[in-house]
Amino acid sequence: MKTYIRSASCISPQKTFGNNDFLTEVVEYTGTRLRPIEPDYKAFIDPKQIRRMSHVIKMGVAAAQDCLNQANIEMPGAITTGTAFGCIEDTITFLTRIVEQNEELLPPTAFIQSTHNTVGAQVALMLKCHGYNNNFVHKGISFESALIDAIMLLREQEADNILVGGIDEITDPSFKVLSRLGLYKRWPISNLQLLATESKGTMGGEGAAFFLLSDKASDNNLAELSSLKTLYDTKDIGAAITKFLAENSLKSEDIDLLITGKNGDVRTDAIYKQATSSIFQNTSLANYKHLCGDYSTSSSFALWLAANIIKNGIIPEVVIERQVNSRSPKKVLIYNHYLHKYHSLMLVSGI
Amino acid sequence: MYIAGVGVISAIGNNVPGHLRAFENREGGMGDITLLETIHKGKLPVAEVKLSNDELVAMTGLPSQTSRTALLSLVAAREALADAAIPDFDSLRTGFVSANTVGGMDKSENFFVDFLADNNKGKLRDVFDHECGSKTEIVANELGITDYLTTINTACSSSANSIFYGARLIKNGLLDVVIAGGTDALAKFTLNGFNTLMILDKEFCKPFDQHREGLNLGEGAGYVVLVSEKVARTLSKPVYCKLSGYNNSNDAYHQTASSPDGTGSYLAMKGALGKSGLKPSDIDYINLHGTGTPNNDSAEGTAVKRLFDPEYPPMSSTKSYTGHTLGASGGIEAVFSVLAIKHGIIYPNLRFQTRINELPFEPETRFLKGQTINHVMSNSFGFGGNCTSLIFSRA
Repeated sequence: MKTYIRSASCISPQKTFGNNDFLTEVVEYTGTRLRPIEPDYKAFIDPKQIRRMSHVIKMGVAAAQDCLNQANIEMPGAITTGTAFGCIEDTITFLTRIVEQNEELLPPTAFIQSTHNTVGAQVALMLKCHGYNNNFVHKGISFESALIDAIMLLREQEADNILVGGIDEITDPSFKVLSRLGLYKRWPISNLQLLATESKGTMGGEGAAFFLLSDKASDNNLAELSSLKTLYDTKDIGAAITKFLAENSLKSEDIDLLITGKNGDVRTDAIYKQATSSIFQNTSLANYKHLCGDYSTSSSFALWLAANIIKNGIIPEVVIERQVNSRSPKKVLIYNHYLHKYHSLMLVSGI
Repeated sequence: MYIAGVGVISAIGNNVPGHLRAFENREGGMGDITLLETIHKGKLPVAEVKLSNDELVAMTGLPSQTSRTALLSLVAAREALADAAIPDFDSLRTGFVSANTVGGMDKSENFFVDFLADNNKGKLRDVFDHECGSKTEIVANELGITDYLTTINTACSSSANSIFYGARLIKNGLLDVVIAGGTDALAKFTLNGFNTLMILDKEFCKPFDQHREGLNLGEGAGYVVLVSEKVARTLSKPVYCKLSGYNNSNDAYHQTASSPDGTGSYLAMKGALGKSGLKPSDIDYINLHGTGTPNNDSAEGTAVKRLFDPEYPPMSSTKSYTGHTLGASGGIEAVFSVLAIKHGIIYPNLRFQTRINELPFEPETRFLKGQTINHVMSNSFGFGGNCTSLIFSRA
């Protein structure tokens, strides 16, 4: 059984949403944090609802609806989502009120919307979708867990047209806390220079990407999600990648393009350099985090990128690190890791 | 998928034997708040685990600053894994699928007080592993599980979903053994959250009673060890039972309230029955979600009526003992369901007095032993319309 990506929608700091140009006009930012470009939400969400929704809910719901629109599907068979931090804005709003109002006369709205499953729930509510609905909250593999769930649902013939999303937001307080924990650069830089810096820290990012998965072949599908694997605390990632390729009857030279999660942090990029100078020394390379920033579910941006590279047959200039030939990629491998602990491998192929 | 081991900690006990004693002695776990510094102390009852953080640290060997959510999780997960006593555990492909709803909130809400006054203040050690996934990671590291770990958060149905996601990882041939369930510790965040919704009972809760006034929050953790048929054959003692049915449906009605006719609950129960190939009359006991809120019990009751009328199996809400343990409840109640089959027991629904007007049935109020229980249904419903039913069957 194969898993196809029927459609993909992505809200990010780049012009990825509702735009036919594939990363031709790149947006440059100077700072340590990239903010998503907000679409006109009224086209996707009831205006009465928009006012009540936090940023992450709006992004998620709009990307989900746009993904369905692209595939011309009204009702998905199931919805699975991944988010490491969930609705951090509403969580912090409610925490702030608890402290400032000393637990008295608190309005419930922020609490109601603070639960991590709110995006998937709001999508279900908007569509009146009674199907399977699940949400994963496991750091750097939250989105991958949601994908595994969807792939299993397809294999089990439990549902078709499964809507899968990766969503995370950053707010001022969460950015501050993560900065104090040392995740980000200490001075402003251009995102287009992020991967050239040899220093600690990366740039923060956020976004929402949704995909519609099906086991039905169609010329309209974007790509095939051929294989997916997550690894925890792996000592020898090189061996793990080779094993993953072998499980898919592939060798490293069969991979037309490797997309890595390089994020400009010297502490964590070394592992990519190891892979790209050994197993993949003759493979074309691309990166993406200078476009969307780093966040726990950023691999959903990478999957959007890979699916579109395959569909369009071109690699946008801005993501290329090394190009060994000019043929259209048919096999793209995404390798991302989250703080060296969680690694994910996604193999995306032409249909 | 077979259940080879169980582990549980809640307000009524620190392990499986403690729970069985409390059930038989009709000892609920509710009382005054002692763990949290809150204005609700003495006003809102909660069901606290009767161990301090220091005692849990000593018991688990985890570092002293560890979130209570992880401490509770490790106690129950360890009990479950030891109970399963799987030979050659290290040679198998193993996973840990846990659930919780607010991660390390018990620590980060303290951090936040200082942080709010000055963004450069607040001890980072109280917030660095706030994420829900961190709790799972801490426990997986202690259990020596590395092949696959993940965390589910669908509010109050979280750990029922983690159990059947775990089962499907085995069914799909990805893993051989999965420890699955969930954990949650009491926090000011959730206490105040549920209080703003005006669904906390100021007295001990009365699930499925006409005069019910809300839920009592609880805390704890519950895990089952799921094994493949192949692993089940290597065990030195019989498995408890199997997970024969499961379903997850969405009510798609409101972010926090259940639809009046309990559409999501009905679809979840019906789907789980369909998956197990059973008829409603095959179910010997229903462990209800039964939070004690007017809305939940009315919606769930209506859905039960629609599916089971006119023959009702015995049913009860064990939240009348443990309180509503949120992300842990599906895991804790799965353990109770498994034990019901193993020991032939049905748990009483405490403090029930008056049947709900519009329902033709009432919950079981007696502790029943020596029953033949072949199939148990366990319901877990949550915010966001997330409804899940599991069915456990004698193997």
